[in-house]
Amino acid sequence: MAEKPKLAFYWCAACGGCEECVLDLEEKLLDVVSSVDIVFWPVALDFKRHDLEAMADGAILATFISGAIRTTEQEEMVRLLRSKSRLVFAFGSCSQSGGVPGLANLWTKDSIFQTVYTEGASTPNPEGTLPQRTIREDGGELELPRFFDTVRTLDQVVAVDYYLPGCPPTPKILLAALDQLLSGRLPEQGAVLAPDHALCEECPRRDSHPERLALNEFKRPQEVIIDEGTCLLAQGILCLGPATRAGCEAQCVKGNMPCTGCFGPTSRVRDFGGKALSAIATIAAGKEEAEISRLFENIPDPVGTFYRYSLPASLLRRRRIESVPMTGTK
Amino acid sequence: MSEPQQRRITIDPVTRLEGHGKIDIFLDANGDVDHAYFQVPELRGFEKFCEGRLAEDMPQITSRICGVCPTAHHMASVKALDNLYQVEPPPAAKKIREAVYSAFMAEDHILHFYFLGGPDFIVGPTAPAAERNVLGVIAKVGKETGKRVIETRRKLRELIALAGGKAVHPVLGLPGGVAKTLKREEQTQFVQVAREALDFALFTLETFEKLVLKNSDYVNLICSDAFTHRTYYMGMVDERNQVNFFDGSIRVVSPDGREFAKFPPNAYLDYIAEHVEPWTYVKFCFLKPVGWKGFKEESDSGVYAVGPLARLNVSERMATPLAQEAREKLLATLGNKPIHHTLATHWARIVELIYAAERLQELSSDPRILDPQVRAIPTQIPREGIGVVEAPRGTLIHHYQTDERGVIRKANLIVATQNSAARIALSVEKSAATYVKGGEISDGMLNMVEMALRAYDPCLGCATHSIPGNMPLLIRARDPLGKIVAVLYRDSEGRVCRKHEE
Amino acid sequence: MKKLGAYWLMPELFEPKIVAFFCNWCTYLAADLAGTSRIKYAPNGRVIRVMCSGRVDPQFVLEAFAQGADGVLIGGCHPGDCHYQEGNYNALRRFQLLRRMLKEMGIEEERFRLEWISASEGDRVRAVMNDMVEKIRALGPLAKPTVAEGTLEEVPA
Repeated sequence: MAEKPKLAFYWCAACGGCEECVLDLEEKLLDVVSSVDIVFWPVALDFKRHDLEAMADGAILATFISGAIRTTEQEEMVRLLRSKSRLVFAFGSCSQSGGVPGLANLWTKDSIFQTVYTEGASTPNPEGTLPQRTIREDGGELELPRFFDTVRTLDQVVAVDYYLPGCPPTPKILLAALDQLLSGRLPEQGAVLAPDHALCEECPRRDSHPERLALNEFKRPQEVIIDEGTCLLAQGILCLGPATRAGCEAQCVKGNMPCTGCFGPTSRVRDFGGKALSAIATIAAGKEEAEISRLFENIPDPVGTFYRYSLPASLLRRRRIESVPMTGTK
Repeated sequence: MSEPQQRRITIDPVTRLEGHGKIDIFLDANGDVDHAYFQVPELRGFEKFCEGRLAEDMPQITSRICGVCPTAHHMASVKALDNLYQVEPPPAAKKIREAVYSAFMAEDHILHFYFLGGPDFIVGPTAPAAERNVLGVIAKVGKETGKRVIETRRKLRELIALAGGKAVHPVLGLPGGVAKTLKREEQTQFVQVAREALDFALFTLETFEKLVLKNSDYVNLICSDAFTHRTYYMGMVDERNQVNFFDGSIRVVSPDGREFAKFPPNAYLDYIAEHVEPWTYVKFCFLKPVGWKGFKEESDSGVYAVGPLARLNVSERMATPLAQEAREKLLATLGNKPIHHTLATHWARIVELIYAAERLQELSSDPRILDPQVRAIPTQIPREGIGVVEAPRGTLIHHYQTDERGVIRKANLIVATQNSAARIALSVEKSAATYVKGGEISDGMLNMVEMALRAYDPCLGCATHSIPGNMPLLIRARDPLGKIVAVLYRDSEGRVCRKHEE
Repeated sequence: MKKLGAYWLMPELFEPKIVAFFCNWCTYLAADLAGTSRIKYAPNGRVIRVMCSGRVDPQFVLEAFAQGADGVLIGGCHPGDCHYQEGNYNALRRFQLLRRMLKEMGIEEERFRLEWISASEGDRVRAVMNDMVEKIRALGPLAKPTVAEGTLEEVPA
């Protein structure tokens, strides 16, 4: 009797939303479960590391890894999983491009620890206790995994075969990927398993996107009543549809809010934030420096707007360490 | 006792535990438990990297704290924004928000009961681990019921996506309202699903009564001392001290049931503080007026619990009839509140499931939810805002300070599970103390520790989590010299294994 | 900081690397003119010719910094003189927003400049380049961001 293909799921610095996507397969999940042997799912539970180590290299057909690489423990685990898996799928925005946890690349470990453990409004901590990598007390040693200064994407640590974009990916995208995997119809290695055109092309509001856009004002969503049928960019709201890969069926736009870019870039773009910024800057009206500058005052956080899910994957990867402020804000 | 006991923080060097929790037990000279520790080796740093972000982006950024309860963060965040901008959402917006929230509470409670905690009871705490998961539940309750679990959850999540764009990381929240109006045909769907959810909630209670309450072994387990802790409790209630997931005041009761405090969300800093330990990344909440006295119970320790059991204890009644009926039955069986039996949380969760469904019904069928006015445009300069909701696992607080442009300067987040973190540590220690005697660790210990942990339903982002039914726990016991005397864990089949280190 | 060693002891040793995107019709010709006129100026620029300043994709700028440039300069036609009508306005818009984002990333404003230099303004090329080099010399090198603490090198074997 043919052995069922082995699958695995693991998560790093993640929120679990991608795992929820697996659950959202619902009835189809039971079909999937019956046709594969899930050796650990979804959060590395039934197994112990030595069971994994005992497996032959490549014994697992495919491992789906979500979450960004934040600690030494996560790095070690993904390296181990890479060696035991024939294919590794980066599952979701965090593993693909760093995700929301990637915004921590504007800071360093020390500045994060200082704020979280000594400057919180409800954290008195008069002794300034901080979590330690190792603590030595009589009788033993304590270790916590080390927290890196810089969050990394999965492919900055191990070779990745395929990418499932999204925060989270849709169940449809996941199912299509599983289907391709199990029937041996995966595209060329390195592919992102979603359509390769911009979201605007499949947006339900496409018809009201003007031929030429020249905005005299950018509006933050709370400043205006958002029309439920018109192109969001045409309303002056920062929608990253033009720069974002399609495949999500424009869920956020259907919720009457702009696209924030979670599906990442198409294959023709290297740095998502740079391209998204370019798209938005180009539709600004104005020919005078002062005029244009005033317009961009209403985009006070370009990094959070354009690199929300992709800072670690960007060309610069992080803010310059030398310029990370350490002063307390208490 | 032949040797004086030394109090030490001895945590063993488990460097590569797969998962997000570790436990260490320290034995005294007699081989009995001196201390047990539960470690969380995870941190992402939201409170830091939210600095510099735009206030209106916070509901969607903070929802990424947790993909299982993103809606809880989203709502706490948007309420903080209302407070920040001093803006009052129109009635329809409030109803839409709370309807979405009720749908979320219902589907999350279903997830926990059938997929996470319930298996302990429905399949049985002594059943083989391989069966103690949702598939085992389906085997026990039947395929039809199994399908109903999945379907009801799906329909509730579809409601969230309908009004909020997505079920995981919804987008509807804006300061002063919600992004879009509710249409008549959407309302119809809400009403329809609410009715089905209520039917299913009542069915779940029946199932619980049939499989759990009729079994005296389970009832004894629920009431056993190993799973009992006398701590303070915290939760949100309305002006009539009825449980309210969405709005109200925060109430705290003492271990003997007296009201210790009742305060508006804006005053939380007077009552809640966080304690840092060097051996874990999670911060432990405690009651500021009582103070941090260590991992202890009773009224002179600031340790408290949140969640369904806590909400039961801080409230006087449920706001809807069928939920109230279920609550009365619970109290009649287990005795007066406060109920200190951790495992009773599962029962309390079902009572809340019924309330969530009834509340969803109320809100959905209110004609005013269709009103096209769902936004109030903020006009005030933002400065500081606090928003609180009851997440499935407990009280959730978002607190932001911004500059005049609404760029975040500081963010303070008290995530539900943190409130229970100290009590979780207590539970671990107590169950360890019960089952570890004279240096012997029984196989039952893993089961019991897991059950205690699972009752708290610790959220993914913070502590251990499992779906099929196992927890990634490794338990090491050390003697007073620090030597490891035994290691207990589960193998890939879920069997309890032990190893004796040299 | 430790990796930058000598530069902090003797800043005058630091020679900033400047990547300069010059538009074909104006600034590139001006640079040519400066050359044929034998105008001497700081040799720190690595010039890349583009057909229009509007061709400069923000990704080029980011790539330049990521590859070790200490400064990036864009040179284009004066507003109203663009060979392609509107190209330089696009450059101006992208430049303004990108500069804000770079600042948030810790890259100082002086490291990224946009200048309008027409074909006959060879001397202006000299003035701009000299000024930029001195300003960036004072700021110091832009340490390569990927060489940050806490990456691969630190994982115990």
